[in-house]
Amino acid sequence: MSDYNPNIPPKKRPFPFSMQLDPSKFEPASDEEKAQQDVMRESTTFFRDGMRKLFRNPLAVASMIVLIIILITIIIAPLIVPYSYSGMITVNGKRDKSAKNMPPFTYSKLEQQAIDEGQHVFPHIFGTDELCRDYFIRVIYGARVSLAVGFFASLIVLFIGLLYGSIAGYAGGKTDLIMMRIVDIIYSLPDTLMVILLSVVLDQLLGQSLQGTVLASIGPNMLSMFAVFGLLYWVGMARLVRGQILTIKNNEYVLAARAMGASRGRIIRKHILPNCMGVIIISTALQIPSAIFTESFLSFIGLGVQAPMPSLGSLANAARQAMQAYPYKMVFPAVGICLIVLSFNLLGDGLRDAFDPKLRK
Amino acid sequence: MSEQKHLVEVRNLKKYFPIKSGMMNKTVLKAVDDVSFTIDEGETLGLVGESGCGKTTVGRTLLHLYTPTAGEVYFDGKQVTEKNIGEFRKDMQIVFQDPYSSLNPRMTVADIIGEPLDIHKLYANKQERADKINELLTLVGLNSEHANRYAHEFSGGQRQRIGIARALAVNPRFIVCDEPVSALDVSIQAQIINTFEDLQQKLGIAYLFIAHDLLVVQHMSRRIAVMYLGRVVEIGPARDIINSPIHPYSESLISAIPMPDPETARHKNRIILEGDVPSPLRMPKGCPFRTRCRYATKECEESRPALREISPGRFVACHHR
Amino acid sequence: MSETPLLQVKNLHTSFFTDAGEVKAVNGISYNLDAGRVLGIVGESGSGKSVSAYSIMRILTDTGRVTEGEVLFKGENILNYTPQQMQKFRGSRISMIFQDPMTCLNPTFTIGSQLKEAIRIHTNRTKEEIEARAVEMLQLVGVNEPERRLRQYPHEHSGGMRQRVMIAMALACEPDILIADEPTTALDVTIQAQILELMQSLQKKMGMAIIMITHDLGVIADMCDEIIVMYGGKVCERGTADEIFYNPRHEYTKGLIRSIPRISEKHEKLVPIGGSPVDLLNLPKGCAFAARCDHAMKICLEQPPEEVEVNDCHIAACWNNVRRMMEEQKGGEEA
Repeated sequence: MSDYNPNIPPKKRPFPFSMQLDPSKFEPASDEEKAQQDVMRESTTFFRDGMRKLFRNPLAVASMIVLIIILITIIIAPLIVPYSYSGMITVNGKRDKSAKNMPPFTYSKLEQQAIDEGQHVFPHIFGTDELCRDYFIRVIYGARVSLAVGFFASLIVLFIGLLYGSIAGYAGGKTDLIMMRIVDIIYSLPDTLMVILLSVVLDQLLGQSLQGTVLASIGPNMLSMFAVFGLLYWVGMARLVRGQILTIKNNEYVLAARAMGASRGRIIRKHILPNCMGVIIISTALQIPSAIFTESFLSFIGLGVQAPMPSLGSLANAARQAMQAYPYKMVFPAVGICLIVLSFNLLGDGLRDAFDPKLRK
Repeated sequence: MSEQKHLVEVRNLKKYFPIKSGMMNKTVLKAVDDVSFTIDEGETLGLVGESGCGKTTVGRTLLHLYTPTAGEVYFDGKQVTEKNIGEFRKDMQIVFQDPYSSLNPRMTVADIIGEPLDIHKLYANKQERADKINELLTLVGLNSEHANRYAHEFSGGQRQRIGIARALAVNPRFIVCDEPVSALDVSIQAQIINTFEDLQQKLGIAYLFIAHDLLVVQHMSRRIAVMYLGRVVEIGPARDIINSPIHPYSESLISAIPMPDPETARHKNRIILEGDVPSPLRMPKGCPFRTRCRYATKECEESRPALREISPGRFVACHHR
Repeated sequence: MSETPLLQVKNLHTSFFTDAGEVKAVNGISYNLDAGRVLGIVGESGSGKSVSAYSIMRILTDTGRVTEGEVLFKGENILNYTPQQMQKFRGSRISMIFQDPMTCLNPTFTIGSQLKEAIRIHTNRTKEEIEARAVEMLQLVGVNEPERRLRQYPHEHSGGMRQRVMIAMALACEPDILIADEPTTALDVTIQAQILELMQSLQKKMGMAIIMITHDLGVIADMCDEIIVMYGGKVCERGTADEIFYNPRHEYTKGLIRSIPRISEKHEKLVPIGGSPVDLLNLPKGCAFAARCDHAMKICLEQPPEEVEVNDCHIAACWNNVRRMMEEQKGGEEA
């Protein structure tokens, strides 16, 4: 040590403490007393922590509520409303041609007669369209189609993108290089043009063979849209997945797994994929509104579902033509699209804020 | 003379990384350039050097986490190759520096520690697995109620313990400790250092202790190897290297240690090196240290000094010492 | 005649208001800094040492706020300065250098433009004068070929070189105080020695006061006139270097000193401090260190300790000192 002498006694000072000190407090504290201070925060998994954050986000919660309401409505409504989306309204078994373009909650002459006779006629909540079909049920079915398209298209994107991106990311080297250049090429193709071309081609190819099958009601246009999604829109997901895998591959816990002798398969299954999931789910959630919007747009320009099956986009298109006479008809499908797309977007944003590990701290 | 069998022997190990610089050019980063040393059963060899000297690469290449460019690694007399490395995974393990990125955030502590047990099927039933995991937790100073929690709920020191427990799961005879305490606070470092020492006493594990903090290394190691730009410049007993370093780089490294003692610090005679470490992509010809060396001569530029045994157990790579 | 100290920190409290709650990073620290002195602030992560410096410079992140206290520079409370006043103040009266030289320089600007910016903002010089001053500063910090370096980019230089440039930028306007936040932690040991030597020689030459923030007791031992040890956002102990190292009066300081490996003939086992660092979201009502302290008493768990003068140049906030004083008094009374 040193020759430093610390034992200079301190100058005598008056006891400096303003308050009275209780000498018994100067007994040593026991281990239990000390341990009371050391409480580990309650255990949360990554998932629970993220969900907690999500539920504190008012916009995300509102979007979830809206989506749940929409979902319930489109499931229950066809059970309650006795009209079909493709058939004209019938009164007493006869088709009612006078029920054209009725405003909401009005009855046609024939229906009024039937009510006077004591029959119960379900009100037309949104009125009727130019072909005497109940508009409300058409909007409901339109929403169903839009949501189904959004959902399935996103699934296709997820599946293809995940597979492709994982292979490219994990293989690395030349494989990765080639696969990513293909992605670049596909990225640069104009999607709207491709959809139009594909729908024309598929229409000719499949038009005949589809008749009589379930798919006929969807129409070749729809199928071509799915085909386009399958062929073009997966690239964004593939890039994302590949990026994630590249990042995770470099984490030391992957190296530790190798040092233990873990097989490649085990590393991918247990270490890499679970850590990608968060980002992938968020991306898929944000993909859904994009798909819905694309479908609405295509239906709007006439390339979507085959009539009489409605979709929100095609309803909007039909309403556009009647804007001058019946402006309210545009409101329902447009509001429908807005609500669905906005809700999914806000939900996706909320998910990202809650779960994206990069944004944490 | 009987040859004493070393537990780990590294001979002329080289690891080069190809780096693309520019369109067509391909230079080579010589991260490890001809490194040799031995480690005996139950012994700790400290490996020190500054950033870029290649010490982390040595540790990882030894375990074949990177494929060596050249050279041989022997474990208990048998040569370790790319083909048979699987057999040695139970004998040689590694503990990493960063307690935050070396544990999978999606796995519970029990799964993290249990993974090596799962891979090598080291238990007969679930109960045995759970028992082994609890045993390991207690060994490193944690307790069994921690088993079902996730890594992110623990502090840096505790995570490092989890990493150590994971390495111990397969009963290794040798552990590469890659800067295991550098990312920890001083008071926690002491806890982990003690844990390492206790385990060594109890289980007889040999360590390659890689670190840049010389005070920590000299405390833990029986012998020390000093590296500079991919090469070993001096090896010898820890006490000798610290008290009387021979290689000029070791000299300045040791004199640069900030001593936590005002008296010693005031009277210290510091040998301050001029200039910076040259880039490993443009290594000086001959002896890599000559650009900063006080004793450099023409000879140092012409030829690279080999590691010579100047006294039993003491090796130095310098033309002038 | 006592001069007003250059810097007076009085009962500073800083908190971060996060999603998870209020993180109480600094909980009432007070100290004085005289002109030309070197003060070391030592503590581990979470001790509040860096946050206290950021509070003085008023560069806390969005969620951080000084909740109580004053910081007096030459008698004026700089916490009350307007943003315009702070702008003139930062860089010219008090300067700061940071830990990571890799990220502290803007990679898209040359070293010269960043260095000159510092000079330009705070002084009224012509372009030639600014250039000359920049060259002069680089020479002062030991950078060779300064004219050429001015035109180069940060990524062309090593960590040690960048740290020198940072020091040049900080000292360009001859500040009264230089705050160095872990300036050598990210550097290699030999480069660290160079930079510390540089700082010491500059301090002698230019006479500014330095606040050296670090977790490395070795760095502190050599450079500092006075040392503050922090834990849990509070000052544990304050004294000269000799006092702190050879006469520590706080259990945390004692624990820190015992847990550092030393060079000795015998292999002495380290005596670590048990437990884990205190949680700043849930500060205990008593002494922040009590749960880990071998000499904790009941009062330590209930009341935060008051600062006690151990001697003229040493203050410690630990109830054990009070216990000792009480025992002495009793001994004195009985005598």
